[in-house]
Amino acid sequence: MLLFIEQLFNGLQLGVMLFLMSAGLTLVFGIMQVINLAHGSFYMIGAFVAATVTLHSGSFLLGMVAGLSVAGIIGMIVEMTILRQLYNRNHLDQVLATFGLIFFFNELTRIIWGRQPLFMDIPSWLDGTVEIFAGIEYPLYRLAIIFVGFIVALFLYLLFSRTRLGMQIRAGATNRDIVAALGVNIKLLYTLVFGLGVMLAALAGVMAGPILAVEVGMGESILILTFVVIIIGGIGSVKGAFAGALLVGMVDTLGRAYLPTILSLLLSSELGETLSAPIASMSIYMMMALILAFKPNGLFPIQSRLDS
Amino acid sequence: MSNIILQAKSINKQFGAVKVCQNFNLEIEKNSLHALIGPNGAGKTTALNLLTGLIKPTSGSISLNGNDITKKSVNVRSQLGLARVFQITSLFNEFSVRENLMLAAGAHQKTGYRFWTNVNRDKRLLEVADEFLEKVGLNQRSSILAGNLSHGEQRQLEMGMALATRPDILLLDEPMAGLGPGGSAKLSELILELKHKMTILLVEHDTHAVFSLADTVSVMVHGEVIATNTPEVIKNNQRVQEAYLGGVSGGAEC
Repeated sequence: MLLFIEQLFNGLQLGVMLFLMSAGLTLVFGIMQVINLAHGSFYMIGAFVAATVTLHSGSFLLGMVAGLSVAGIIGMIVEMTILRQLYNRNHLDQVLATFGLIFFFNELTRIIWGRQPLFMDIPSWLDGTVEIFAGIEYPLYRLAIIFVGFIVALFLYLLFSRTRLGMQIRAGATNRDIVAALGVNIKLLYTLVFGLGVMLAALAGVMAGPILAVEVGMGESILILTFVVIIIGGIGSVKGAFAGALLVGMVDTLGRAYLPTILSLLLSSELGETLSAPIASMSIYMMMALILAFKPNGLFPIQSRLDS
Repeated sequence: MSNIILQAKSINKQFGAVKVCQNFNLEIEKNSLHALIGPNGAGKTTALNLLTGLIKPTSGSISLNGNDITKKSVNVRSQLGLARVFQITSLFNEFSVRENLMLAAGAHQKTGYRFWTNVNRDKRLLEVADEFLEKVGLNQRSSILAGNLSHGEQRQLEMGMALATRPDILLLDEPMAGLGPGGSAKLSELILELKHKMTILLVEHDTHAVFSLADTVSVMVHGEVIATNTPEVIKNNQRVQEAYLGGVSGGAEC
C-alpha cells in the first residue's frame, strides 16, 4: 500500500512533466496548425542552459530563469524566421523542416557543450524527503515538480479563461482572418503563443535536469510521449493535455511497477516476467488506441477542428 | 477632397494570368451609405478583400482618411478605423454573444498593465459589449453561445462586433444573403439607423435592398467600376442595365 501511494506520486510527477511539454505543443498545433517536432529541442536547451548557469552561479533559481529566457528568446526567433514560412504549407513540409531543426539544435548543443552529459544537483533547499502520509517519505524535489506543474496548469487556466490575451488566443484558434479583421495583431499573437509554449518546454527541461541526465537527444525521448498525450487529450486542447498527461504518467508508471506482479500471478512466473517488460512499455500506446477507438478526436476535442 | 474617407485608385489585381480587378476606382464620401453592386463573379468580394488588406493589389493605391494604406496589414487597417462584416458567418461559436462583443471591443483598447484583469469583470469591456448588445437588439440573448443563434441574429451580432471596434467606415459584404424576409427587414432597419452617422460601404447582390438604402451606387462588372451615381440614375443607366441584367428587359431584380 505504501509503495502504491509512492508509485501514484511518481505517476503524478511524470504526468506533470508531460503536461508542461504537451501544453506548449498542443497550443502551437491548435492555434498555428503547425506540427513542431523541434519542441523537444527547447526542452533540451532549457536544461543545458540551466545546468550551466546553476553550475557557475550556484543558484538553481538563477539557472531556471536563464534556461527559460534563453529558450524563450531562441524560440521566438525560430518562430519569426522559420515557422512563419510554414504556416501555409502542408504538414509534411512542417514535419521535415522542424525535423531538420532537431538535427541543427542537437549538433549545436554538441558543439557548445560536447558529448558528455551534464549533471545537475538538486538544490539544497529542495533536497531531502518529506513525510506525506504516516510512514511515507517522498523526495521533496519531486513534490516540488508536482507543485510547479499544478501552478502552471492554474496559470494557463486563468490566462485562457480570464484575460484578453487568452480570449484572443482562443479566438485565433478558430479563425485567424476574422481575429485580424477585428484589429488583433496576429503575427505578434503567434510569436507570443510560441514563446509561451517554448518556455513551458524549457521549464520541463530545467525541472528534469536534476533527476535525469542533461544530454543531447533528451528532448526526443520525451517528445514521443508528448505526442501520445496531445493525441489522447484532443489536439489543441490545454485541458485535454492536462488530462492526457496525468493519464499517461499514471498508466506508464503503474504499468511498469505492477504489470510484472500481475502477469506473474496470471501466467507462470517465468513467462510473466518475460512478457511484462514489453507489455509495460506498450501500455500507453494500447491505452491511446483504446481511447481513440471510442473518441477519435481525443478526450477534449476542439470544436473548430470538428467543423472544418 | 477631404470629404473622401476611402479611396481606391486604379487598382489592378492579377492571380497569375487571371485579372480579377482592372483599373478599379472607388471614392467613398464621409458619412455616406455607398453601395457596390454587380453580377455574380464581378469581383465584389475581391474588391473588399483588397480594401481590407486581406489581399494586396498588383498595382494602384488605397487611402483611408488621406493616409496611404496600400501596404498596411489587416489588423493595422482595423486599428485605423476600417471594419468589415464578412460574407461567411464569422463568429466565435464557442463564445457567448457577449464574449464575442468583448473580444471585438478588447482588440481596440490599449491594455497596458491591465492585461491580467479578469475579462468578466473588466468594465471597459463589459460597457462596450452592453452598448452594442442594445444597439443590435440582442440584449435578451447575451449569454447564449453564438453558435446557437439563428442566422439573422448571427448577422446582427456580426454587425455589433464590427461596430464595437468603433470604426469610421464599415464594409458590409452581402449582409442580406441567406436571410429570410424578417431577418432582412431587421437588418435594413439597423443599417438605416447607422446611415449618416458613419460611413458604410454595402456590397450587395440584392439590388432591392440597395436602391432603397444607398445614397450612392457603384456598379462593378468584370473587375471594373462602370458607373457611380445616385440610385435613381443608376437604375435607368443603359450600360448598367445591359451589363448587370444581361440586357433582360424589364429588369426583374429592380
